[in-house]
Amino acid sequence: MLEFLADHSAIAALLKVFFLLMAFVMPLASLSTWAERRQSAMMQDRLGPNRAEITIPGLGWTLRLWGITHFVADALKMAFKEDLVPSKVDRVLYGIAPIMAIAPVLITFAIVPFGSDLCVGKMTEIITSLEGCRRTIPLQVVRLDIGMLFYFALASLAVYGTTLAGWSSYNKWSLLGGLRASSQMMSYEVTMGLSLMGAFLYYGTLEPNAMVLAQGDNPLNWGLFYQPLGFILFLTAAIAETKRAPFDLPEGEPELIGYFVEYSGMRFGIFFLAEFIETIFLAAIVTTVFLGGWHVPGLHEDGFSFLKLPHIAVVLLRSAVWGGKILFLCWLQLLIRWTLPRFRPDQLMRMGWKQLLPLSLLNIVLTAAWVLWRSAH
Amino acid sequence: MVFGMPTPDEIVSGAARELRSRPQFPPGFGEDADDDAPLPTEPMTINMGPSHPAMHGTVRIILTVDGETVKEADVQVGYLHRCFEKEAEYATYTQVFPYTDRLNYVSPLLNNVGFAMAAEKLLGISDKIPERAQYIRVLIGEISRITDHLTCVGASGMEVGAFTPFLWMIKCREWLWELLEELTGARLTHSYVRIGGVAADLTDNFAQRLRDVLAKCREAMVDVEKLIVKNRIFRDRMDGVAVISAEEAVAYGWTGPCLRSTGVPYDVRKDHPYLVYDRFDFDVPVGSTGDNYDRFAVRMEEMRQSMRILEQALDQIPAGPFKLDDPRISLPPKSQVYNTIEGMIGHFKQIVDGVKIPPGEAYSYTEGGNGELGFYLVSDGTGRPYRCHVRAPCFILMQSVPKLIIGAGVADIIPTFGMINMIGGECDR
Repeated sequence: MLEFLADHSAIAALLKVFFLLMAFVMPLASLSTWAERRQSAMMQDRLGPNRAEITIPGLGWTLRLWGITHFVADALKMAFKEDLVPSKVDRVLYGIAPIMAIAPVLITFAIVPFGSDLCVGKMTEIITSLEGCRRTIPLQVVRLDIGMLFYFALASLAVYGTTLAGWSSYNKWSLLGGLRASSQMMSYEVTMGLSLMGAFLYYGTLEPNAMVLAQGDNPLNWGLFYQPLGFILFLTAAIAETKRAPFDLPEGEPELIGYFVEYSGMRFGIFFLAEFIETIFLAAIVTTVFLGGWHVPGLHEDGFSFLKLPHIAVVLLRSAVWGGKILFLCWLQLLIRWTLPRFRPDQLMRMGWKQLLPLSLLNIVLTAAWVLWRSAH
Repeated sequence: MVFGMPTPDEIVSGAARELRSRPQFPPGFGEDADDDAPLPTEPMTINMGPSHPAMHGTVRIILTVDGETVKEADVQVGYLHRCFEKEAEYATYTQVFPYTDRLNYVSPLLNNVGFAMAAEKLLGISDKIPERAQYIRVLIGEISRITDHLTCVGASGMEVGAFTPFLWMIKCREWLWELLEELTGARLTHSYVRIGGVAADLTDNFAQRLRDVLAKCREAMVDVEKLIVKNRIFRDRMDGVAVISAEEAVAYGWTGPCLRSTGVPYDVRKDHPYLVYDRFDFDVPVGSTGDNYDRFAVRMEEMRQSMRILEQALDQIPAGPFKLDDPRISLPPKSQVYNTIEGMIGHFKQIVDGVKIPPGEAYSYTEGGNGELGFYLVSDGTGRPYRCHVRAPCFILMQSVPKLIIGAGVADIIPTFGMINMIGGECDR
């Protein structure tokens, strides 16, 4: 089976896409909608959604599980709502906009490495390196040399979803929201790209998996410690890209209601879900570039120094830890979202262009000087 | 348009008309590919409210915006008009109390007290109200002031996107309302005050429960301050936004926390003490710049001062009757109503005819949640007011909203509007 997949990389890629999206991203995004409500409820001394439950037919057992199944109820509600399209909208663009919002984020997951390479044929053996492997299956949908540039290219497409939604809705409030979204996302994309430039210089590659390999299993070598400024700048700019508080100006609930004000039912649900998928993707990129990707502290190719593990266990452990890092970063974003107030558009622009951009340029200069100095010695 | 209400196009004037009359395209525009003439822009008229998530209290603002800058604003109030003043003319004085609950519905008891004091002034019994009743009025009034300010400062956090402090504040408000519910029987529409006193005595454990709640509220207020007062984003959003000078504020007729935020230390409780306010030691906090943050900070400090008053009132409150012992004004106790003919007739006459007030007019003013809350009553000698007018503080504050928001951004409208604390029930009556 694994040999077959190693030989037919297209089928393997399809399987990986299926696994990544259906088994990880979509469930996590759906769970995030519930987690966000529960998290905010805990912070605000409320109960939050805890009532949704599943009754197992025949047995009469009721599973409540702290209301986790709420997201199922939510999705059903969205799906069965009337698909209301206001009469004066531009129907084509109105229909395309939610797809334009969600598709780029889903596609960019292709470059995220979610585990180390599988060495086919030596699954149960203890191996010290992948060098002796005849065939390997990378746990990454596609390994592109342009890597992160692919992410930037697609991320800049996501702005069309919000802008078109705001423009095509034939509503002045959503137009204002769409304008805010486009100016905000374009401004912060600049910082987002430049803040990672330091990391590119440091790793000497654009390919995500190569970055992970370069960081190694010693946490002190992870990008976070070599690019602290880049980490903070990227996290800030990337949260602005996800359009969540404190950068939720396009939505601006008390003032504008948002660029999706005319959307209802599943169309709105897609915007809603896209926002959560963006947070997961942001977590994935931060993990890859700054937190050692799938590396587990102290776990070498043959297991820990005090406990040797077979290859399959090492790979599974790495993937699990990768998921744990992403969960942590998603939680961190929820915490930020429910703590901070919202910026004003002019303050947002000032911060983006006058503070974050010069700092990210400074980061590049410092990193470049350091890389030069290191190579000279 | 009903009631001759102007359409958005009719309202556009001044700066907006000037913007509109600009030439659409400069001559020769677009003929040259390198044309660096500025792109022509035109203002957008946009309708905010009356049903808009931020317009708590149904108010409509017709905005003319240039990009996100407000050029023209037409604030239209009156969507919550319920004919309070006209209704009051058909109700006995006692029956007006439930209507006053619905004026400023986040501090109903302050309205109750204000109306009762106007009727008592007209009756000439202001100095005969039992001391215990006056202390009870101070207690419930200050609790209501705290609930009013809690709602306002909590909502101000929510309006700039910090939802968490809002719910912490609402939690405190709920504790206080539970206490008032135990005392008055209703969570929001208390109708607890009567002419000549209050409806019932304090409950047995009221003092202890109030002290407990105040301690918990103090903690929650510290939490809120930790979360937002030093938060850079919050300060940037509130500092220096919607500034008004003391002279302008006085000229507009501002009162209450909003006036004090500009530095004018006018507080009816201090300057024209009523009830027993002259017996308490409390400060009147004032701001310095008259911006949104000052209005927020003044309210925060006022809650602390109200708590000081509450604690002193709990210490000083004397025993005694809680309403005036006068069969023409106070209802007889139920035991007399059911067992004596005099009690029954007195009860019947008061319910059917109301408290008869000699002809005359009176204006009584108290410090409400938003400022000077005045009741003007004219009596023709019957048990129903001939005329009743409310000087609603936020109605007067609302007239300056266009001045505050013109030139600001769309995003500043909501916090400014929130700090003015327009309460539809009181403004539109």
